[in-house]
Amino acid sequence: MPLYRDDAIVLRTHKLGEADRIVTFLTREHGKVRGVGKGVRRTSSKFGARLEPFMAVDVQLHTGRSPRPGMGLDTVTQVETIGAYARAISQDYGLYTAGTVMLEAADRLVSQEHEPAVQQYWLLAGGLRALSERHHDANLVLDSYLLRALAVAGWAPSFEDCARCGEPGPHHSFNVAQGGAVCPRCRPPGSTAPAPETFALLSSLLAGDWVTADASDARHRKEASGLVAAYGQYYLERTLRSLKMVER
Amino acid sequence: MYEGAVQDLIDELGRLPGVGPKSAQRIAFHLLATDDQEVKRLVDALTEVKLRVQFCALCGNVAEAERCRVCLDPRRSDDVICVVEEPKDVVAIERTREFRGRYHVLGGAINPIENVGPDDLRISELLARLADGTVQEVILATDPNVEGEATATYLSRLMAHMGITVSRLASGLPVGGDLEYADEVTLGRAFEGRRVIGNDK
Repeated sequence: MPLYRDDAIVLRTHKLGEADRIVTFLTREHGKVRGVGKGVRRTSSKFGARLEPFMAVDVQLHTGRSPRPGMGLDTVTQVETIGAYARAISQDYGLYTAGTVMLEAADRLVSQEHEPAVQQYWLLAGGLRALSERHHDANLVLDSYLLRALAVAGWAPSFEDCARCGEPGPHHSFNVAQGGAVCPRCRPPGSTAPAPETFALLSSLLAGDWVTADASDARHRKEASGLVAAYGQYYLERTLRSLKMVER
Repeated sequence: MYEGAVQDLIDELGRLPGVGPKSAQRIAFHLLATDDQEVKRLVDALTEVKLRVQFCALCGNVAEAERCRVCLDPRRSDDVICVVEEPKDVVAIERTREFRGRYHVLGGAINPIENVGPDDLRISELLARLADGTVQEVILATDPNVEGEATATYLSRLMAHMGITVSRLASGLPVGGDLEYADEVTLGRAFEGRRVIGNDK
């Protein structure tokens, strides 16, 4: 498979040498892939503008001399734009900081290169499109993306039934380490007690119920964002560096 | 692995940006074969640059004194500041001979994934320069990539209510190229930033 083609989202880029970039993609069929874009930092580059973070592209890569996919860097040979989300996102600082957290989270959640991660790809593509089209508040899109991406990765929170014993809810306590809502019997010390409206907002963000989410008020959005951030960082086991720059 | 000093030199050269192990080895053996006087000139140049060069206290450009040559030049206009990411961008703009104002070097662009936020850049120094009302226009000349655009967006938002004209460098088609080879992102920007010509009315 010296040449392969896939739909991809550009997660991040690093400068390499004089005018090249190492580009990290989240592809639809090949999972996370890293490739070298040769000469893309030059203003005369044919596809440098398409290899920016947030861009959804149709990319062709060459595996080069690496013995099998995932060993070493591939070379980017062609790029076509599918969704130019970078322009709209970078022109609004709130969208940019929220979008950057989404890219960083996707990069962390898909840790192995060349391992297919189709659901993560579609989730990120949908999230970036929603962000760039400004249908909803940027922080709501970010929180919904984080909850759903964690759920796809196997860390689905429970906002209704007790996350520990399964006792049907609604419950009034939330514990990150237990996986969400906890009943009075399972409630460990140090659990928080969010407002019922915050639980409803979190459930709607996880389910993609935008009517409920859009109707929520600022106080509950702020409380939900704090819980989502704590939940995400706990299960990702590392701090999301870009999260502290999000304007809440 | 080579012995002692040769390997140390290869290791040190290999730390430089864009220099891999093979290039480091090639440069090391080139230096070994070079005349002593030439090597001494290189050593002197490296020592001098670390001793004499500092960053301008006003604009952040490289300088050999407290202020850089651009900041000290009395012929340049004080009412326009061009904001760039790195000192090398100052050199690129100076080559155009189109700009006769002052510069402000931010020291990078906002990049949350790399942990570079607004507080890590020389933004408060820029705002301090704008406080006395001398500056009438700020030209944002950050790189035309996502990080540069986001930095420009952030700065324009900060300066929105200061009564200063804030402009952004145009982006579009490179001079000397064919339209058919332009990518859709660049061409789209060229359309967005088009200007009226031949209309004297």
